[in-house]
Amino acid sequence: METAVRVKGLTRSYGQVRAVRGVDFEIRRGEIFALLGPNGAGKSTTVEILEGHRSRDGGEVSVLGVDPRQATRRWRSRLGIVLQNSVDVPEATVREVVRHFATYYPNPNDPDRVIEQVGLAEQADRRIRQLSGGQRRRVDVALGVVGNPELLFLDEPTTGFDPEARRTFWELIRSLEHTTILLTTHYLEEAEALADRVAVIAAGRVVAEGHPRTLGGRASAKATVSWADGIEETDMPAKTVVRLMERYGGEVPELRVTRPTLEDTYLRLIEENAS
Amino acid sequence: MTETTLPGFARLGLVRAGYELKQFFREREQVIFVFSLPVVLLMLFGSVFEGEWDGTGVTVAEVYTAGMIGAGVLAVSFQNLGISIAMEREDGTLKRLAGTPMPPASYFLGKILSVLVMGVCELVLLLTVAVLLYGLELPSDWLTLGWVLTLGLAAGCLLGIAVSSLPRSARSASAVVTLPFLVLQFISGVFIPFTELPAWLVNVSSIFPLKWMCQGVRSVILGPGGESLEMTGSYELGRVALVLGAWVVGGLVLCLITFRWKSRRDG
Repeated sequence: METAVRVKGLTRSYGQVRAVRGVDFEIRRGEIFALLGPNGAGKSTTVEILEGHRSRDGGEVSVLGVDPRQATRRWRSRLGIVLQNSVDVPEATVREVVRHFATYYPNPNDPDRVIEQVGLAEQADRRIRQLSGGQRRRVDVALGVVGNPELLFLDEPTTGFDPEARRTFWELIRSLEHTTILLTTHYLEEAEALADRVAVIAAGRVVAEGHPRTLGGRASAKATVSWADGIEETDMPAKTVVRLMERYGGEVPELRVTRPTLEDTYLRLIEENAS
Repeated sequence: MTETTLPGFARLGLVRAGYELKQFFREREQVIFVFSLPVVLLMLFGSVFEGEWDGTGVTVAEVYTAGMIGAGVLAVSFQNLGISIAMEREDGTLKRLAGTPMPPASYFLGKILSVLVMGVCELVLLLTVAVLLYGLELPSDWLTLGWVLTLGLAAGCLLGIAVSSLPRSARSASAVVTLPFLVLQFISGVFIPFTELPAWLVNVSSIFPLKWMCQGVRSVILGPGGESLEMTGSYELGRVALVLGAWVVGGLVLCLITFRWKSRRDG
């Protein structure tokens, strides 16, 4: 499959601080790729270098076949960027802003359809200042996709959302088929719900990469069986449950069988790789 | 996929200007902030000081109208852009625009065109007040007024864009831009005639564009009768063009050196 983004040996320092110390990853066309990592791990720096907003010290970067150092208008017209902070034009209506941004692009999507797609059809003629935080974020996504991008950057898109708003937002992202997406997020649940692949950045390096279900050996990790008066780690949890049923002569009180969640795996990876 | 052409820079500049003006005129506080000060001051000075300047046939209202037109044009260009661009930088608007295929030149063209519209509004507003309240005769030399204000506006825009990079945050922008602008108005003969100012202050103000812009506007509003009020006894239109032109070039260079799309906090 074609590659949308290729990063090799990327480095970037701020004075004495080595923020990015050799990051490697590839994003294939059409996939949703999540970058996870604590604040200060080098996540934002990496993304900003890919977006052409920041210079790099070393390494190779190719975004849609172009080095962001040689950013051109043509290249920019193939990208969509949703930044961390929301659009701030309080007195414009949703339709005006989306239509305005559409004029920047050579081959834009129909603004009214985009507004509908992000679920703001009813608010299309409202001023931005009248919108809720979640609705503003939808405007940001609309501005990110109105140019009909091949690659969309989503930087912490749901920070500050309530759980319900977050879930409806995920539906919106899932509806953007055929668009390659680079997502950064603090919410492991979000990465698990949306991403085809995830990479964990810690202390300026990628410390694990893979499918959210198998990341960091998660799928093959020992299961934990716990019940009213015991706990056991095992490779064969079914066997343990059968044994317990025999012992209790039926239902096992407070029975739970768990494997490490993405969050457990993530926290372990971060701890193991603390700088 | 078929290769489509990117929208042209001039067309996008016009689109930007329309978009910016619509936002601007919807924000009532901003409109009042930008337009009102010169008008209010003109009405104040016009009411406080009446009559003619000794033996010149020039009325005080004429002198202040000329001064306020100069100051007003600098208010919509220098002060307005210096503050509003600092805010756009801080709230991430500039970074968002930098991430789109809109060329930077279109952004600046949009700013300058929208300031041009605001400048014309300010001019009409001030002339209307002066004609209605103080019986000013409308100027006849529109050509001179046109080039003086255009050069002054261009210099003001470029310097405003350049100065917007100075404040550390949007909150301090208003202070960083307004204070020097206010001082400049006092020493450039807008509020106080040169004859009342010490020579060294006049020398300082002669470096900056406001003094020359006001002088050019006076040549149109006051006419030959006011020439004796000038420092050199003449309007020196040649020097007005020279100094304002130099500031346009200097402002452009400053813009190119200092302009940043991201806030300092953002690196």
